[in-house]
Amino acid sequence: MTESEGTPVRFFRERFGMGESQLEAVLGTALERRVDYADLFFEYSTEDSVSLEESLVKQGSRHVQQGAGVRVQSGERQGYAHADEITIERLQLAATAARAISEGSGAGSVSVGASGRVRDLYPVATPPTDVPIPEKVDLLNEIDRYARTIDPRVQQVMASVVTQHRHIMIAGSDGTFVSDSQPLVRLNVQVIAADASGQRREIGYEGSGGRFELARLTDPAHWKPQVDEAVRVALLNLEAVPCPAGTMDIVLGPGWPGILLHEAIGHGLEGDFNRKKTSAFADRLGDQVAAPGVTVVDDGTLEARRGSLNVDDEGTPTQRTVLIEDGRLVGYMQDRMNARLMGMEATGNGRRQDYAHLPMPRMTNTFMLAGQEDPGDILRSVQRGIYAVSFGGGQVDITSGKFVFSASEAYRIEDGQIGAPLKGATLIGNGPDALLRVSRIGNDLALDRGVGTCGKDGQGVPVGVGLPTLRIDGLTVGGTDT
Amino acid sequence: MSLTATEAIERALAAATSAGAASVDAVLVESDSIEARVRGEEIDFVTQARERSLGIRALVRGADGLRTAITSTSDLAEDVVACTAEDAVTLARATAEDGAAGLPEGDFASDRPDLHLIHDPDRALSLDERIETAKRAEAAARETDPRITNSEGSEFSSSFNRVAYGNSAGFLGEYESAYHALAAMPLASDDSGMQTDHWMTVGRRLDVLEPPEAVGRRAAERALARLGARRIPTCEAPVLFDPMTARSLLGQLLGCVSGYSVYRKSSFLAGRLGEVIASPHVTVVDDGRRMGGLGSKPFDGEGQATRRNVLVEDGRLASYLLDSYSARKLGMTSTGSASRGVGSAPSVGATNLWLEPGNATPQSIIEDTPRGLYVTGLFGHGFNAVTGDFSRGASGMWIENGKLSYPVEEITVAGNLGDLLAGIDAVGNDLLWVGSVAAPTLRVEQLTIAGE
Repeated sequence: MTESEGTPVRFFRERFGMGESQLEAVLGTALERRVDYADLFFEYSTEDSVSLEESLVKQGSRHVQQGAGVRVQSGERQGYAHADEITIERLQLAATAARAISEGSGAGSVSVGASGRVRDLYPVATPPTDVPIPEKVDLLNEIDRYARTIDPRVQQVMASVVTQHRHIMIAGSDGTFVSDSQPLVRLNVQVIAADASGQRREIGYEGSGGRFELARLTDPAHWKPQVDEAVRVALLNLEAVPCPAGTMDIVLGPGWPGILLHEAIGHGLEGDFNRKKTSAFADRLGDQVAAPGVTVVDDGTLEARRGSLNVDDEGTPTQRTVLIEDGRLVGYMQDRMNARLMGMEATGNGRRQDYAHLPMPRMTNTFMLAGQEDPGDILRSVQRGIYAVSFGGGQVDITSGKFVFSASEAYRIEDGQIGAPLKGATLIGNGPDALLRVSRIGNDLALDRGVGTCGKDGQGVPVGVGLPTLRIDGLTVGGTDT
Repeated sequence: MSLTATEAIERALAAATSAGAASVDAVLVESDSIEARVRGEEIDFVTQARERSLGIRALVRGADGLRTAITSTSDLAEDVVACTAEDAVTLARATAEDGAAGLPEGDFASDRPDLHLIHDPDRALSLDERIETAKRAEAAARETDPRITNSEGSEFSSSFNRVAYGNSAGFLGEYESAYHALAAMPLASDDSGMQTDHWMTVGRRLDVLEPPEAVGRRAAERALARLGARRIPTCEAPVLFDPMTARSLLGQLLGCVSGYSVYRKSSFLAGRLGEVIASPHVTVVDDGRRMGGLGSKPFDGEGQATRRNVLVEDGRLASYLLDSYSARKLGMTSTGSASRGVGSAPSVGATNLWLEPGNATPQSIIEDTPRGLYVTGLFGHGFNAVTGDFSRGASGMWIENGKLSYPVEEITVAGNLGDLLAGIDAVGNDLLWVGSVAAPTLRVEQLTIAGE
């Protein structure tokens, strides 16, 4: 679908014959039973990707994914049926399958209202999937040439450009009728460097992306620093020494280390785990769960960010939700069902990987607000510890609260000075007390470069994180050097 | 009107060829799935789905090799299939010539063994029976102990699948398979806090699944065993991995023996074929034709016959896993290990991958360990295939005087996968299949444990 075809509402009507009366008919089938809520979800997504290795763009790909689902909610029950054939017959079958979880008869009819778009956080004149493939190929070739000029120790350059355009339409039994078109771009650069002997090899990675036009990525002022960074990290890792093992004071750099928040407290504040009371944060609203001065928000309304959305996958506009205010737990992230069952408001966090999955409460862009301190002062405050500035992935056990995240660039701190680079190591902590150990908050809040993907129950969704420089006292560092 | 699986493949091959492709292949995956989760005595969710999608790879000739592109669609209308094939050809013209690209030279699977991947009567199991089975697992977990106070639910899921693959070299094949899984995820709590764990049973036929009561009880026992877990001081000690965590280590090894990471030299095992890389207790096998195996298939993602490959034999690196592309890059031959998703080019994947069991019972390995860590949970993704370095969050039991003495958590185990493989000094007889990767209990001489 291109922009010239108009809004998703028009697109789904013209291409699949899904006009208001068809939507009402399918919803009507679902509503023949007694249900609390029912909705229809339509999706049409295109994704293309081009990748380079060994100085060759060996592959291009283009994928079209389409499908629709009917969901029925009754009490704590949900029924969902979906198909990749978008026809009235398949949807009626899906509605019959989905409503099987409910008993009793219901009102049986609904009218869907006119859809309006409240705002557009990610307007694009040219959808990134409409940019001709040769432009993406040229970018990767330039990146490869440039990376190899930076340092002779660069052995392999792997780079890819991935662009997506996702069109969704949602019609609900409460009259909700909204649609959205969501562009997403991403540039990945990975470098393998080898030392002079060729014996030691290390990897460096840097990515970037968001919901904007591809032109922003193809600008050398954007991608050259990104390539420089990937090369710098690979070369740095050639010098890295074994990471210490044990509990020590940690300074996290600004930006992507915000993954700490995502793992340590973010998942634990998602509505489903709290409604079911399987989260270590259940029933703790109002409690002090972080040090004074710590304020954490989830904000889906930031322009052009990877984790942002105009509306979530249930049609609720996204918002800025304060989760922790000055150390006190004040909010959960909710989808419609968990909000209803907990007597709270939906917060625009009902997200799904695609039409083949049920929505759940998920994060958007999660970050800690800036404090007052100078980042240099924070580093100087640590006698012996670790300064971690970049991370790979992380994971959390919601129930026990234990979380891990893996540093990919870290340094020793000795007497307040940054020392030797360290080999990657996993940091492990306990969510409910990790933020109570925050002792200094920097004035340099930064958001990540737009590369996060969060996995939950087998579903991946794009997210963002952010953090100012932060000192945490006593986290366990999983190195090898005792 | 939608096409059947083989019609869609044939249409795609024809359309790409007439658009100018030198060669082309296509894969179609169909799946009917149903998933029911209950929590307590209540249904949590039920989902049902029918999905079909088609992936096409077009190869266009250039002076120095073939140019490659992949397209895919879940709309199988005849005109859309043809269009998707033509798009692949157009897209391929924009990519680089690659002397190693192309279909396999031949040697396509000529047999279609019945690998017992599906049992048709299983399709008849009703939604109500599924819900009832999940409720039995849930109830068994709850009845195990009063400290089982809550649950993330118990889930029964099945999918019935068809994979069809064809290429312009004349191969066309298809096979059906089924996948059934029953899992329980209970939560235990006491004064020390809350802990959850899970247990699951999976199989190609319903009658090979463990009874729901056994699944619920085992899940409950695992969650209960975690209650009261504490940290331990940072130390170096012998580390035992139970079969569930040992298979996670095997998954790390898999990435390092894939032909792609080898020719890219992004694996610490690149260039080490024939060398001793593990202790003599270690033999690792990948076999695509294991009867009823969760990773079994009659042919791989390029139409090559699947087979048994010994990857590590008594500690020696005996083979990499290769598809035709990575084999050409390395001057070797394919091991029939091409894995092919609808949306991607062939790559290397394991089929049924396991570490051969030894003779010792897990109990005797524990008794033979004066002091050490018994790992039952690993989390996080701290593994670097280029160097082999790993560092992962762990939980389990501390062993004192040959006995499991108390649960531990919030610790990490770290080291180098090469050192870990070389340091395996005991292998259990308890090989456990819960999926397509399996391992027995393993003991590693020494790893670094970070804690207090």
